[in-house]
Amino acid sequence: MSAFNAIGEEREIDRDEYTPGVEPQPTWCPGCGDFGVLKALKQALPEVGKTPEEVLTVTGIGCSGKLNSYLDTYGFHTIHGRSLPVARAAKLANPELEVIAAGGDGDGYGIGGNHFIHSARENHDITYIVFNNEIFGLTKGQTSPTSPKGHKSKTQPSGSAKTPLRPLSMSLNAGASYVARTAAVNPNQAKEIIKEAIEHDGFAHIDFLTQCPTWNKDARQYVPYVDVQESDDYDFDVSDREEAARMMRETEDVLNEGTVLTGRYYVEDDRPSYQQEKHAVGELPDEPLAERYFDDDAEWERSYDLLERHT
Amino acid sequence: MSSDELIWRIAGGSGDGIDSTSQNFAKALMRSGLDVFTHRHYPSRIRGGHTYVEIRAADHEVQSRGDGYNFLLALGDSFARNPQEDAFYGNEEIKPLSENLDELREGGIIIYDEGLISEEDVEALDLEARAEENDWHVFPMDLRGLAREHGREVMRNTAGVGATAALLEMDLEHIEDLMSDAMGGDILEANLEILHEAYDTVTEEYDFEHDLRAPEGSHETEQALLSGSNAIAYGAIDAGCRFIAGYPMTPWTDVFTILSQNFPDMGGVSEQVEDEIAAAALAVGASHAGVKAMSGSSGGGFALMSEPLGLAEMTETPLVLIEAMRAGPSTGMPTKPEQSDLEHILYTSQGDSQRVVFAPGNIEEAYEQTRLAFEIAWDYQIPSIIIYDQKLSGENTNVDVEFFDREPQPDLGATLTEEELREAAHDNSGKFKRFNYEDAENGVSQRSIPGQKGGRFLATGNEHSPVGHINEDPDNRVAQMDRRLEKLESIREDLDSRESSTQTYFGDETADYGVITWGSSQGAVEEAVKRLNDDGHSVKGISVSDMMPFAEAEVTEFLESVDEAMVVEMNATAQFRGLLQKELGRFGEKLTSLLKYNGNPFEPAEIVEGYEVNFVEEDREPTAQVRIEPAAGD
Repeated sequence: MSAFNAIGEEREIDRDEYTPGVEPQPTWCPGCGDFGVLKALKQALPEVGKTPEEVLTVTGIGCSGKLNSYLDTYGFHTIHGRSLPVARAAKLANPELEVIAAGGDGDGYGIGGNHFIHSARENHDITYIVFNNEIFGLTKGQTSPTSPKGHKSKTQPSGSAKTPLRPLSMSLNAGASYVARTAAVNPNQAKEIIKEAIEHDGFAHIDFLTQCPTWNKDARQYVPYVDVQESDDYDFDVSDREEAARMMRETEDVLNEGTVLTGRYYVEDDRPSYQQEKHAVGELPDEPLAERYFDDDAEWERSYDLLERHT
Repeated sequence: MSSDELIWRIAGGSGDGIDSTSQNFAKALMRSGLDVFTHRHYPSRIRGGHTYVEIRAADHEVQSRGDGYNFLLALGDSFARNPQEDAFYGNEEIKPLSENLDELREGGIIIYDEGLISEEDVEALDLEARAEENDWHVFPMDLRGLAREHGREVMRNTAGVGATAALLEMDLEHIEDLMSDAMGGDILEANLEILHEAYDTVTEEYDFEHDLRAPEGSHETEQALLSGSNAIAYGAIDAGCRFIAGYPMTPWTDVFTILSQNFPDMGGVSEQVEDEIAAAALAVGASHAGVKAMSGSSGGGFALMSEPLGLAEMTETPLVLIEAMRAGPSTGMPTKPEQSDLEHILYTSQGDSQRVVFAPGNIEEAYEQTRLAFEIAWDYQIPSIIIYDQKLSGENTNVDVEFFDREPQPDLGATLTEEELREAAHDNSGKFKRFNYEDAENGVSQRSIPGQKGGRFLATGNEHSPVGHINEDPDNRVAQMDRRLEKLESIREDLDSRESSTQTYFGDETADYGVITWGSSQGAVEEAVKRLNDDGHSVKGISVSDMMPFAEAEVTEFLESVDEAMVVEMNATAQFRGLLQKELGRFGEKLTSLLKYNGNPFEPAEIVEGYEVNFVEEDREPTAQVRIEPAAGD
C-alpha cells in the first residue's frame, strides 16, 4: 500500500472540497483580480481529476501569496520570491504530487526573478501562476517590475524611468515549455488555460492579469481582452518558437496601449520535463523518493559500503 | 631504527598534483601501520602559487599537524615557467623551497627538484649556511629530468616520493599497491619505473648521515583515511539523507561533491541550483514533501540562507544545513580556515529564531554529530546546523573502519502514517491540526506529508493557527511561540540525558587550569594539554560541540572546577568566549583568550606558549601570530 493514498485517487470531486471551512475568509479587497485566479483553480482542479490532497500549492508573499489560505489543498506559503525553489524540490522529492506555484509580479518577476529564469530553463514539471497586477499591492502601491514606464507611485513619485519587464518573452527565452497569458476578467479562458498548464509536462508559466482596484485603477487589466486563439487577426502556430516570440513581442509592445491579448502563446509538447531528463541520466530514482521513508522493506545503503576507497 | 614521528611536507605549485600525491603517500603510511594526520595549505587560484600538504605520521594517535616538520620535498612551481619559451615569471618557482624553510626542524631533510629550482636561486637563499646551522640534510635531485626520461614531466611527484622512501628506508610495497589501484597501463608502468629509479638512485648513490627514518607501527583493525568532508557526507548518508541542494563555494563544495557523486547509486537526489537562497529553499521543499534533506554553504553563501532558515523554523520543517567556515569578513580568504562565523550562524534570521548548532572537533565527531543533527532535526522539527571550517573539511586522519558500521536511520521523527492520521486531531473542515499546541510533547506537534490522506494543512512563514492558517490572535501567538521555544529546552534535556556527551574532555581531571576550545582547534589543544601535563603542569581541557542549545551544565561544571581558563579559537573577536559569557552569565574574570586569525590553524606549541604567557611567566610576549585577550577587569 502506498504511503500517499490521496495521490491518484479516482472519484467525483466536488468544487467545494477546495474551499476551507468557515475560516479563513479572503482578505482581498472587493473587486480584486485574485478572486479570479482562485475561482479558476477551483473549477480547473476537479475537471483535471485532482483531489485536494494530491495537490501542493506553493506561494510567495503578497496578496497573491494568500491563495493557498483560501484554496484547501496541501499548501506551503513561503517567503517573498521563493515559491519556485520550494515547489521544484517538492516535485523532485515526490514527482507524483501535483505542484502548483504562485506569486505576484513583484514576488515572481522582481525578488524571485532569478528563480523564475532557472525554473523555466530547467523545465521543471510544475505550473507557475503569476498574479500580474503591475503593482505591489500588500505593501500599498509601489511600482513593480511590470508597471508601465512613467508609472507614478510613492516610491517613484516622478514616474518610473524603467521599461517594464516582458514576462512572456522572458520565460520563452529562458526555456519554459508552456507560456500563456490570461486574465481574471476572462474566467472561461482562465480555467481552460489552468487546466492545460496542469496537464502539461514541463514548466507551465501563466502570466495571470489580475486587476488591483485599490492601488492600480489605471492598469490595462480593465480593458477588454482579445483571445489570440479566438481571433483570426492573430493566426499563429503556438508550437513555433519564432512565431510565438513575435506574437509575444507585439503583445507586450501594446500591452500598455489599450489592447490586451490573452491566450496560449507557446506550447512545446515534445520536450521532456526536467524530471524526465534527470531520470534519464540516472539522477532521479524510479520510485518517488518520499515513498521510501514509509517502506519498511526499503534497503538503505550505508556509508560503510563506501569505505573501500579510503582503506 | 625508527623515529618517533615523521612530518613530511610536499610543496609545489597549485595544479601540480601535490594533493593527490600526498593523499597516496598518507595512505601508504597508514597502511604501514601508522596513524596519520594531513594538513593542506593552498592559495585561492587554480594553477601555480605556493601550495603544500603536510603529513604527520607516528606510531601513536596524532590529532594535529604538529609543530613545524622534519622532511621537505620541494618540487618547484612548474606554472611559474612558460613551457613554450622556458621563460620565468617572478620568483614563484623557488617558493616551494624558499617559503618553507622557517618551519623546518633541526636535523630535517630537504629534497629539492634541481630540474625546476635553479642553482642561482638556491644560492641566493644562502641554503648551505642555513643547512649547516640547523643540521639540515639537503639532497638536490633532478626529479623533473628523471620523470621526463621515463614518462612525463608531471610524474616528478612520483620521483620525489621514491626518493623520500629511500631516504626514510621505507618499503615501497604500499606505495606500489596504491599506484596500481589508482592507475593502469602505460601510466602505471612509467610511474613504477620512476619510483624505483629514484629509490635506487638514492639508495645506491647517497650517504645517509641523517637520523630520521619512517616510524614503525601497526594497527589492530583496518583503518580508513578520511577527511572531515567525507565524514560529514557519510554521516548524512547513514542518517537517511537522500536530498541535497547547493551552490559551489569553498570549502563547503567538498561535501556537496561527495554526496552528488554517491547519491545516484543510492537513489538520492542532488541539485546544483542558481544561488544559496534557492539551495536552502529546495532543501525546505524536499523536506516538506517527506525526504530527509540538507543544504549548506560557507560564510558568504550561508548569509543568503538566512531567509529559508527562518522559514524552516517557523514552518517547523526539519532540515540540516552545514556551514564550512573560512576567513572573513565578506569573501575574506577563501582557502584559509577561521572560526569566525559562529555568531553569524547562531543569530542570523529575524525574530526569536532558534536552531540547533553542533561544532564537531575531529573526523569522528563530524560523522557522529552529522548523524545527530539529522536525528534532532527530524525528532524536533527544527533546523540543525553543522558548523566546521576549512581545516576540518580538508584534513585527513585514519579512523577504524568499524566505526562507520552503523545502521542507517531513515526515521522521519514525529511524522504520522495515514492510519495514524485517521486518529489525529482535525478541525471542522477536515484539516489536520499540524501545529497543534494542545497535545504537543516537548514542543513537538505531529506532522503529515503532502499526498497523505487526511493530512491536509497549510505551512506558512506567518504566525499560524493549529491547521496552519495565518493567525495574529494574541493567545494563539503566545501558545505557538512558547511551544516552539520549548523545543530547545527539550533538546538540551535530551542531549544531557544521553550516555555519551558530545563535548570532549582531556588532560588531568583534578587540574586547576583549564583550556576551553571548540571545533577544529580541538586537536591542537588536546595535544598541547597533553604536552603541558607531560612537562609537569596540571592542566585540563574541554572542547565544546553543543553551541545551541548550549552545553550549559557541562561547561559550568568545568569552569567552576578551575581557577583560570584560556579560551582558544581562530578568530579576532573572541566569539566563542562571548557565547560562554552570554550563556553562563559569569566567569568573565576567569577567562583569557588566545586568538589566531592569520589564515593558519593553531599549532600545539602556540597553545603551550599561550598557557605559559598567561599562567607562568606573565611578562613574556606571545608570538606575533596569536593575540591574547585578557580577562574581564584585567
